[in-house]
Amino acid sequence: MAVRLPVVVRGGKELLCSRFLQLRSVSVDLNNDTPLLIDIPDALCERDKVKFTIHTKTTLNSFQKPDFSVSRQHEDFIWLHDTLVETEDYAGLIIPPVPPKPDFESPREKMHKLGEGEATMTKEEYTKMKQELEAEYLAVFKKTVQVHEIFLQRLSSHPAFSKDRNFQIFLEYDQDLSVRRKNAKEMFGGFFKNMVKSADEVLISGVKEVDEFFEQEKTFLLDYFGKIKDATAKAEKMTRSHKSMLLACTVTTPKIAELLEKLRKLEARVASDQELKLTELFRYYMRDIQAAKDLLYRRARALADYENSNKALDKARLKSKDVGQAEEHQQQCLQKFDKLSESGKKELTSFKARRVVAFRKNLIEMAELEIKHAKSNMSLLHACIEQLQSN
Amino acid sequence: MAASSERSPPPFPELEDQELEPELEDEDSDEGADIFTGSTLSSMDPPLPVSTSEPDKDIFSGPRAEPLNNPLSETAAEQLKAVSGASSKAKGDVPVEEAGSEEPDDLFSDPLGESGAELETHTSNAPLLDFSEEPPKSDPIKKAASSVAAEKKVLHTDLFGDGVDDDEDKDDLFKTPPGAMMKKPQASLFRAEPDDIFPEAKTEAKPATKASAKQPNNAPTDLFTEEPFTVMPAARAAVKPAAIPSANTSSKTNGLHSDEEDLFAEATVELSLDSPRNDRRKRDAMKPSEPVPCPSTSTSSSKPQPKKLEELEEEEKEDKFDLNISVTNPEKTTLSMFRSKQLTVRRRFSDFLGLYEKLSEKHSPNGYIVPPAPEKSILGMTKVKVGKEDLSSDEFVERRRAALERYLQRVVSHPSLLQDPDVREFLEKEELPRAVSTQALSGAGFLKMINKATDAVSKMTIKMNESDVWFEEKLQEVESEDQQLRKLHGMVESLVNHRKELSVNTAVFAKSVAMLGSSEDNTALSRALSQLAEVEDRIEQLHQDQAANDFFIFAELLADYIRLLGAVRACFDQRMKAWQRWQDGQNMLQKKREAEAKLLWANKPEKLQQAKDEIGEWEGRVSQYERDFDRVSATVRKEVMRFEKEKTRDFKKQIIKYLQSLLHSEQQLIKYWEAFLPEAKAIA
Repeated sequence: MAVRLPVVVRGGKELLCSRFLQLRSVSVDLNNDTPLLIDIPDALCERDKVKFTIHTKTTLNSFQKPDFSVSRQHEDFIWLHDTLVETEDYAGLIIPPVPPKPDFESPREKMHKLGEGEATMTKEEYTKMKQELEAEYLAVFKKTVQVHEIFLQRLSSHPAFSKDRNFQIFLEYDQDLSVRRKNAKEMFGGFFKNMVKSADEVLISGVKEVDEFFEQEKTFLLDYFGKIKDATAKAEKMTRSHKSMLLACTVTTPKIAELLEKLRKLEARVASDQELKLTELFRYYMRDIQAAKDLLYRRARALADYENSNKALDKARLKSKDVGQAEEHQQQCLQKFDKLSESGKKELTSFKARRVVAFRKNLIEMAELEIKHAKSNMSLLHACIEQLQSN
Repeated sequence: MAASSERSPPPFPELEDQELEPELEDEDSDEGADIFTGSTLSSMDPPLPVSTSEPDKDIFSGPRAEPLNNPLSETAAEQLKAVSGASSKAKGDVPVEEAGSEEPDDLFSDPLGESGAELETHTSNAPLLDFSEEPPKSDPIKKAASSVAAEKKVLHTDLFGDGVDDDEDKDDLFKTPPGAMMKKPQASLFRAEPDDIFPEAKTEAKPATKASAKQPNNAPTDLFTEEPFTVMPAARAAVKPAAIPSANTSSKTNGLHSDEEDLFAEATVELSLDSPRNDRRKRDAMKPSEPVPCPSTSTSSSKPQPKKLEELEEEEKEDKFDLNISVTNPEKTTLSMFRSKQLTVRRRFSDFLGLYEKLSEKHSPNGYIVPPAPEKSILGMTKVKVGKEDLSSDEFVERRRAALERYLQRVVSHPSLLQDPDVREFLEKEELPRAVSTQALSGAGFLKMINKATDAVSKMTIKMNESDVWFEEKLQEVESEDQQLRKLHGMVESLVNHRKELSVNTAVFAKSVAMLGSSEDNTALSRALSQLAEVEDRIEQLHQDQAANDFFIFAELLADYIRLLGAVRACFDQRMKAWQRWQDGQNMLQKKREAEAKLLWANKPEKLQQAKDEIGEWEGRVSQYERDFDRVSATVRKEVMRFEKEKTRDFKKQIIKYLQSLLHSEQQLIKYWEAFLPEAKAIA
């Protein structure tokens, strides 16, 4: 299996590349005139690891070469994201959401089944299933590569992140980053941190918010996106199962069977395009909104800190003890909060603009694709009907 | 009606069948309903009297236990009815009469002697005995009944009023625990019979009874209407008047007591019945409505109607059922055998089944492929009756309508079947005798089952050395095609389901997109999102329509052909049977010849002549069988060719239609998305 998978991917590579060229920067609005251009032209799947080839073109002189590529794994992306999150300076920025882990489980499982059933199936069935599986595999693969690419592109298009040292290392260092996977303790720690964070979030939510409308909108959006994701995922599932139904229709009349087969394939394309354009968009923005929410959380945290420090200052003044220190602390908090607010506001506005643009783009593309598919469906049906009528 | 009486089917087999049915017939979906309906068709008809009618059914149907159960629960009801007076009784009686008409008819008709009812010994015997004596009594008794207040007496009187000896009947009735219950039904039964039977003399009783049997639904009307014709002349005027008045009174009283009766009827129904029965009941109820209008001339007709109307309230939907198909075949216009160019008749579903029965009985032994009628669907019917959700029941009715229409089209497109008088009658006649044997569990159904079983057995045992390769190949083809179609059908059905699911999910998605749009702060984007929601809404509708198309055009086609292939196979079986007969004949001839040789050798001239005669006879038979077989073979071959041609044509037509529906969907889809595109582009 491990042998077969790369083959599958290799076979679809050209297709992948060409698709990507047109799909690139689908979900995010990126300025391609930035001095840093990143793409993932290739990826290789080995067992449960996916190795992405990251290609960078740059005019920045902080890089040693203007054009280079490195190989990275999903874990490296996570590492990059985590370091960004932990960098204090970026607290006021929306940190691009980390791409989801590649999930090749279902195609892999199917592949396994296919291998097992190889003996029992007719050759026809086997090739058919294999083709289907490859298509599915390719779809997952494409999606995975795309989200990773988008992650990098967002970083590169951001004025602050593009100058980040870690990011540059990530792009440039031609050896294996050898990021170790998180061990259990760290995983647990992360989990715990999340718990604390959400608890804190609840606590902080009591704090008076100056820009409350921001946060409110975000929560709303998150809710809706959750729902949408649900619905879209369901719709996807349905479309796909409906396709697999069509697949099974092997009619005695070969012509009809052929037609149905073609129709099925087209429908599958419709479904996967829909997924790519719509579901993925929603999904991506769900994560992005989560990132924005994190930003808001950090800001709120800063606000709470500031208020606490205010209280501490008052106390210190009452006791006229350590007034200077408290004042200094309060000033620090205020500054931090102001900074966060300012950059946060900027980020959120740009986020909104970006979102609108991305939606526009995706919706248009989806509509166009739908039309295209419907048209090709139609011509197929037309041809078939004519053929039937003629004989 | 008169005509119907003539054509009445042999009652005898039914009796047996009915009895056996419950046990034997498990296959049909309708079984539950059928069990009861088979025997009780008539009883079911009158909606109100259902309670009484049911018991009757049970009694007759064979399982005596049932009567007991029901009756016990219902006894109270009955008593009430009895108390309510002659009128209430009259009601009960009327239905009962109907019910009675079937079975009693059978009983009497066959067994004028007495054999009639093996199971129904009580009832049958009593009536039989009574016939001779009753006439005189009946009138007085009835009158008495009307006036009498005593419950039991009333019951008895009504029941026996026709002439049954009170003592005997009572005895019988009482012997069976649920006596009270029993009495009523029986009484009514007897009454009905007596009317027919007595007036006409026993010889005539058969036809009359048959007629009534045939038209359980119409029973009330029929009985009355017919009686005038047949009975009146008989000079038994006295009897008839009695009966008719009772009917009238009942009709009048219906309004008053109907409520009570309904209550009881319903209560009992629920106790004893499962949904299928309800189903049946309703259907039967429906039925009466049809016939009633026709015989409106008769006084009695008025009676059934009110009742029906009451029940009809429940079942407005079923009316559609009656509408069925007004087949306006172009062919008809050209055929001189039809009286008018355009015909519209109302038929019940069971009429279609009846038509199929008749046709298959007549034609399938000759090797014709008789198009099978659509199957019953208790589930669907029950839904229609019980559930009020219009959507699914509408769909069900439409589905059935379409199936029946296709069935009829197939029948009339068959050159030989079109010539069949039954087909013509079906299409032409205002009113059709009730199809009795259509219920899967009815006597006929049972018989069919047995036949099928024996066929299956004989098929296994017969080892036909096929002389004609063509048949062998065809048979195999048919069988593999059958399998493929079944598979495909299952897939298409699941496709339909998936598409439906898809449409539901699309709707959900549309809703959430709309919500998203409402919370979006960018106005243009918000508008685009709500537009998208609208588009998705429409697409949902599209999916739904397409699912319907998938089903009606594609899945139904497949289902039809699965059934048709069954018919094709049946005609192959018929050929095999003919062959088997021929072989048997040959064997027999061989034996006879051997016997002759032995006789010759033994020198027994006196027997020799007889043996020679037998040989001659068998020779004739064998050659007859051989001719039959050849004829059947030729027909089968012709039929299969025709079938294949039709199949190709049908499939082509339907598939083109289906593809066109898909095409249409795609067109709509393009339209929707194209409308949406500018909206998306307008997002600034």
